[in-house]
Amino acid sequence: MFQFLLRRIGLIIPTFIGVTIAAFAFIRVLPGDPVELMAGERGVSPERHAALMKQFGYDRPIWEQYLDYFFSALQGDLGNSLVTKKPVWDEFFTLFPATLELSICAIIFAVFIGVPAGIYAATRRGSWPDQAIMGTALVGYSMPIFWWGLLLIILFSGTLGWTPVSGRISLLYFFKPVTGFMLIDSLLSGQKGAFSSAVSHLILPTIVLGTIPLAVVARQTRSAMLEVLSEDYVRTARAKGMSPMRVVGVHALRNAMIPVITTIGLQVGVLLAGAILTETIFSWPGIGKWMVDSIFRRDYPSVQGGLLMIAVIVMTVNLIVDLLYGLVNPRIRHVR
Amino acid sequence: MTNTKLLMVTLLGATMLASGAAHSKTLVYCSEGSPEGFDPAPFTAGTTFDASSKPLYNRLVEFKRGTSEVIPGLAESWEVSSDGLEYTFKLRKGVKFQTTDFFTPSRDFNADDVVFSFERQLKKDHPWNQYTAGIAWEYFDGMSMPDLLKSVEKVDDNTVKFVLNRPEAPMIANLAMDFASIMSAEYAAKLEADGKKELLNQQPVGTGPFKFVAYQKDAVIRYAAHEGYWAGKQPIDDLVFAITTDASVRQQKLKAGECHVAPYPNPADLADLKADPNLQVMEQEGLNVGYLAYNSLVAPFDKPEVRKALNMAINKQSILDAVFQGAGKEAKNPIPPTMWSYNTSVNDDPYDPEAAKKMLEAAGVKDLKMKIWAMPVQRPYNPNARRMAELIQSDFSKIGVGVEIVSYEWGEYLKLSKAKDRDGAVLLGWTGDNGDPDNFLAVLLGCDAVGGSNRAQWCNKDFEALVQKAKTVSDKAERTKLYEDAQVVFKREAPWATIAHSVVFMPMSKKVSGYVMDPLGGHWFDGVDLAE
Repeated sequence: MFQFLLRRIGLIIPTFIGVTIAAFAFIRVLPGDPVELMAGERGVSPERHAALMKQFGYDRPIWEQYLDYFFSALQGDLGNSLVTKKPVWDEFFTLFPATLELSICAIIFAVFIGVPAGIYAATRRGSWPDQAIMGTALVGYSMPIFWWGLLLIILFSGTLGWTPVSGRISLLYFFKPVTGFMLIDSLLSGQKGAFSSAVSHLILPTIVLGTIPLAVVARQTRSAMLEVLSEDYVRTARAKGMSPMRVVGVHALRNAMIPVITTIGLQVGVLLAGAILTETIFSWPGIGKWMVDSIFRRDYPSVQGGLLMIAVIVMTVNLIVDLLYGLVNPRIRHVR
Repeated sequence: MTNTKLLMVTLLGATMLASGAAHSKTLVYCSEGSPEGFDPAPFTAGTTFDASSKPLYNRLVEFKRGTSEVIPGLAESWEVSSDGLEYTFKLRKGVKFQTTDFFTPSRDFNADDVVFSFERQLKKDHPWNQYTAGIAWEYFDGMSMPDLLKSVEKVDDNTVKFVLNRPEAPMIANLAMDFASIMSAEYAAKLEADGKKELLNQQPVGTGPFKFVAYQKDAVIRYAAHEGYWAGKQPIDDLVFAITTDASVRQQKLKAGECHVAPYPNPADLADLKADPNLQVMEQEGLNVGYLAYNSLVAPFDKPEVRKALNMAINKQSILDAVFQGAGKEAKNPIPPTMWSYNTSVNDDPYDPEAAKKMLEAAGVKDLKMKIWAMPVQRPYNPNARRMAELIQSDFSKIGVGVEIVSYEWGEYLKLSKAKDRDGAVLLGWTGDNGDPDNFLAVLLGCDAVGGSNRAQWCNKDFEALVQKAKTVSDKAERTKLYEDAQVVFKREAPWATIAHSVVFMPMSKKVSGYVMDPLGGHWFDGVDLAE
């Protein structure tokens, strides 16, 4: 197991270097520069433009800028945002809990509905519930997030008035963030009704962000389950007279979960991509919206720092998934 | 006091407190974006000013609400020396800075605060010039203040003198702008002593109508009424900015009662907003202009008659209908009609494709092919440049002019369009900074701005002489006359096709009263009340 862990961590180093190069290059290959955008219609004189580029350090050779970024990043210094002038590190960790909270809720939503739905569909293969579940999953997978979010807002918040339109908590509640997770902070605040307000604000964004992962998890669970159910050992278990519940729920599920766990791990990337749109619609103060704003403003330090942090998180989650995978299936960790 | 009485008094007190709390008036504004910071001077975005300079600070002079007229602010009065080089301001006495959780002022506003607020931007070696990494005084520089301003001197505690390098009539209007907000020198000294200078941009203290309470990045900004405000306490107790970037979501929040005021509606949603019995929609002509600038240095656009002929081929009404969807007015002058010195007697080039065709032939122009640049972004003066370019393309094809539409990423667009050898006419526009005609005419059409913000690359000596003269005279009637004449020259020479001035809409709850729309595009909440 230790060797397995080492091998996986060994792979992370070149990936990390690759990511720093990609993040650094990405924002620079986009046309336009931050100084021109800052000046707007008025424009800046070539002298002032040069002076500002020098002040930001963008007049130096590109490799020097990259090495500076790389070694600073290794020491946890991502530089200061060109827009807010605050450290990118601080900005990221102010906003990240909001994205994490929403992503966790969305993944829980996707797993708790997607896995049972997939199992149910698999055990009734070809029946109308199977087709209905898979049809719905296909629709969910193809749903444009922006449109879906607005639709839910108009229906549940506008017409029915059941849920709030946007934000993380009612503006009536005001307390200093402790953990950055609104569900926890609202409980810690001790203010009556704060927690339920936070929950009600989470419902629609969770559904919107969780829809695509839900569809993927349901389809993956179904196909994995179908494969396992046709294996010999399942037939043996059935022949032994085991209850269908036990056959599916204990023997088949454990093996069917391996590809499902991989899928859930891969959904982390999907969630972060989906967060960009979901956060914009629901005015959710997370890193997705922040990244988009930073790209539009050509805020180089924020974009290259933010992308790096996101990549590190995705890599870490994938590492954890790999390890879990090894735990669930001992064959994997012994393969050289 | 018996126990019963004590209990009653306590209960009564508690009830009063509770009812007080219940009656606290909170106005929620669904703002369209996050502020870059809370020190207005290093920034240029209107969204930042709405959250910083407007609620938190005052300036020596202010724009009278709803107009671009300059009135006294923290200065009660001022005098200009006869050579136009010295401006002496008498400061208002008894003006309090806000007391917040993080700062308690020990003194009233005085001349030191004014000197601090300007010197930090003016002097490169000032300890606050680079108080946080990468800071730049963009507006101060953009308004040429470093060239213009020689010094800012304290005469006594209540008198400040600004000395200029050359006479500049728009100076007073410049001082009403956001970058000229007055900071507390005492607070800055405290931050410096604590080694926390960067907090000036995060925990602001000013003299304005509201004080800063808290900001949760990208989510909520909270303000409370400034109890000691020199012009009196505000009718509302709390002001909250709920940051909501999507226009459709702002509309839903407004309709659901989650906010009271929400700016920048989608034009397509206006009918729905106006039909809502709980909402009112205010509107005002914006202080802006959208234009098509020819490159007057490149043939055949160097000939005024060619430019004029093209102007006559543009059907502005169809642009207003299709692009502005009713939220715009035809433009004939380079300045908007709400601005002083707007010349009403100028006649616009009539829409007449036949005559235009003949004029082109007379000018010896045949089979003309040109490029039209369409901006990639939506701006207040042009909601859809691509569509506008297509309409102009079709108009020009009727007089035999072939148009290729080009576009670039916004930053590139702004940069490339400045080039003197630029190929093609550029769609662009302008929103006024300070309500002074100089801010349009000199910035957009002056000879100094060729290769910069003068996208027509147009330098006309008659026009330039009028605009330069108007900078040096302080008599408003005389300046008005000079600017009116400049507009006549502009129309005769036609460096631009003036397209439209947009109308700005402001939907809000019917409970809101006292809101006045700002022609300069800012959002102000002092004097605004909320019905129970």
